[in-house]
Amino acid sequence: MADLRTVFAGISSPNPFWLASAPPTDKEYNVRRAFQAGWGGVVWKTLGEDPPVVNVSSRYGALAYEGRRMAGLNNIELISDRPLATNIAEIKSVKRDFPDRALVVSLMVPCREDSWKSILPIVEETGADGIELNFGCPHGMSERNMGAAVGQVPEYVEMVTRWCKQYTRMPVIVKLTPNITNILAPARAALAGGADAVSLINTIQSVIGVDLDAMAPMPVVGGQGTHGGYCGPAVKPIALRMIGDIARDPELSALPISGIGGISNWRDAAEFLAMGSTTLQVCTAAMHYGFRIVEDMIDGLSSWMDGKNYAGIGDVTGRAIPRYVHWNDLNLKFRTLARIDQDACIKCGLCHIACEDTSHQAIARLRDGEARRYEVIDEECVGCNLCAHVCPVDGCITMEPQPVDGVQTWRDHPNNPSRVTA
Amino acid sequence: MNATPDIACGRLSALELSQNFADAHPALTAPQAALEADRCLYCFDAPCMEACPTSIDIPKFIKAIATGNLAGSARTILESNILGGSCARVCPTEILCEQACVHNSLEAGKPVRIGALQRFATDWQMDHGGQPFTRAPLTGRRVAVVGAGPAGLACAHRLAMHGHDVVLFDRHAQPGGLNSYGVAAYKLADDFAQREVAFLMEIGGIAFQGGVTVGRDVTVSALGAEYDAVFLATGLAGVRALGLAGETLDGVMDAVSFIETVRSNDKKDVPVGRRVVVIGGGNTAVDAAVQARRLGADEVTLVYRRGGEHMSATSVEREWAQTNGVTVRLWAAPQRLLAEDGALTGIAFARGRAGADGRVVYDPEDSFTLAADMVLKAIGQVFLPAHAEGEHIAVEGGRIVVDGQYRTSMPGVYAGGDCIVGEDLTVAAVRDGRDAAEAIDKALRAGDGPGRGVEQENG
Repeated sequence: MADLRTVFAGISSPNPFWLASAPPTDKEYNVRRAFQAGWGGVVWKTLGEDPPVVNVSSRYGALAYEGRRMAGLNNIELISDRPLATNIAEIKSVKRDFPDRALVVSLMVPCREDSWKSILPIVEETGADGIELNFGCPHGMSERNMGAAVGQVPEYVEMVTRWCKQYTRMPVIVKLTPNITNILAPARAALAGGADAVSLINTIQSVIGVDLDAMAPMPVVGGQGTHGGYCGPAVKPIALRMIGDIARDPELSALPISGIGGISNWRDAAEFLAMGSTTLQVCTAAMHYGFRIVEDMIDGLSSWMDGKNYAGIGDVTGRAIPRYVHWNDLNLKFRTLARIDQDACIKCGLCHIACEDTSHQAIARLRDGEARRYEVIDEECVGCNLCAHVCPVDGCITMEPQPVDGVQTWRDHPNNPSRVTA
Repeated sequence: MNATPDIACGRLSALELSQNFADAHPALTAPQAALEADRCLYCFDAPCMEACPTSIDIPKFIKAIATGNLAGSARTILESNILGGSCARVCPTEILCEQACVHNSLEAGKPVRIGALQRFATDWQMDHGGQPFTRAPLTGRRVAVVGAGPAGLACAHRLAMHGHDVVLFDRHAQPGGLNSYGVAAYKLADDFAQREVAFLMEIGGIAFQGGVTVGRDVTVSALGAEYDAVFLATGLAGVRALGLAGETLDGVMDAVSFIETVRSNDKKDVPVGRRVVVIGGGNTAVDAAVQARRLGADEVTLVYRRGGEHMSATSVEREWAQTNGVTVRLWAAPQRLLAEDGALTGIAFARGRAGADGRVVYDPEDSFTLAADMVLKAIGQVFLPAHAEGEHIAVEGGRIVVDGQYRTSMPGVYAGGDCIVGEDLTVAAVRDGRDAAEAIDKALRAGDGPGRGVEQENG
């Protein structure tokens, strides 16, 4: 049985599954239910200074895709709108009753040293295991020069991180915003400020949709809308890229990463671990189905690790990173070809029309009497995989790697005007 | 003395009757339709579309349901099949579009519910959008359409769309043909047949004349002289007889008449036997048998001369009969009608089996008897040649002969639907009517129209 225990920035948890700082972790009631359900840790919804912020009514917008709900979720909710003292008392109570779980407190106060200096001891007194600096919230708070407004300026990231390290003994996790061009800059700034770890991604600035009757962006608040922060399964690819970029960077490779962004099941979790994460933060999937989803996450990850003979989380973290390279390092001599399993084919024709209209005209549409038949034309197939992706039958179209004769990358390709010559 | 069989009206309460003749398959709700539409894979070169006699672009109309474009969805259906609403209700989809659905390859028996989705879109159109088509500039041409069933209606609508004026004749008082008089009431509940006709006629340019029997009240030649073209869609107005003594006994009737009685009257006024035997293996037999049950018959037995696989009713229809309490007996041929004191008491059948050459062999010595107050004959309908009698219209094998353009051997006279060779399906009749209208339109525009003709009209 795989050992799922993690130690992340000095914080222990029985499994890597944490709930991200968000509505599910706003109150003692919810967090107790989460811990009872089996979550390894939570990052308590962001605390700020009193008086608390005020939230609007109508807070979420969702992207449904072909009948599947919440492929993406956006929110315009701000940080905790409850008094600081209420949150602090509840955090203390929960931590006392669940000493084995990770309880990290997310914080966001104005970018002034005294603001941070005064809130840190209050949090520390709860017995919380660490703090996460919310430098990511891309809506509302950023208009007040907090959240992403800090995360987008590496100098601020470094400065605030340094204050926190100076005024608390608690581990400091810096939560990064994806609303920047190069994720390495704020990650390096966090490291320079003394961060014990980073967590990413926070939500992406988004307008989820337009209400065509109200003629306003959704969610509509009194006839108007505003941009929000996007999360859920649809943002997973963006998160994996940013996490991988940090994990493979030589200067940052030692910085622990808590992966966030659309993690919905154990497979997503394994991918986030493989790209460099040590712990995993989940929000949308729990908001969609409730806390019980963690059971299959734990179980599935454990079974998969057993099957692969990975004893612990440390065996998986960063395992794909040596093979996460730049495009210019890819072998241009590699070739793969589509193969259609004719017995599995249900004759929907989607591979044909996708290839015919939008790719390489490499799937022939044949008729054998009444029967339809689709066949790959090897000479035309560039191995793009589109047909395999549009095919509704798992495993019907597979990509078959061809024998490779050596290695040639773009760096040394004759067509490259700036190729490296020996 | 003359006894009478136990045939009576009002075997069930008004409430029971209204429940029994309500919609057999309720419409999808909007959320159900959305879920079902999302199951469609939007196949390219879709097998379902090929399996539809009217070639409705099924993936396109289902995708439009999924996106909430119900007007576009309905238009896609109706431009191929203006009777898409009734076809959605009466088509044996299990042997047409839904049988071809690729989902059957993933999980047998779980095709996309194409018929139900088609109903959802066409219902929406009739409830919200009205007639979606408009007429082309009027041509001044007039076409006589004989028979106001699916073929005739489809032809009339398409001709009207092309700007021609149509007079639609039918021997019945109401238009609709089999949809109004010939299929089970619960398949087209809530007066759907008449509502659909009204919807279709909204295009304008179609005048209906009921109570006119061609061959009796007016001849095809006379119509040919008066109109620019004639389309015959008279269906199969005759029924086959058993050829047994006693067929005129009270209680022995053809299933077509029985269904027409059910469709034309308040259900409480429709007489039905306590014990009913239906002879036949097609949809008419099933519709008669189930409606007899639903009118309150105690025992209904459907007897077919061959095996279940030979029935023209689909397995879904057969199961529908069985779940409605109809006993299905196979491999039995009617032998003798039984009567006592001049009153029908039952019918004797000879048991049969498939012979070595595949033909069924009946053993007259091996027989059984079913007690019956009512025997309904549903052993096939035939073209009544009287409609074409005295005309130069070739008839072969009991059907009007047409060419690829639906032209009969008589110039300017076209035919389609059940009265020509082909599958006897509503949806095939619609295709015939539509395509014949296209052929007529083409001919009229080319100037080789018969009757008054182009030159004559212009001159």
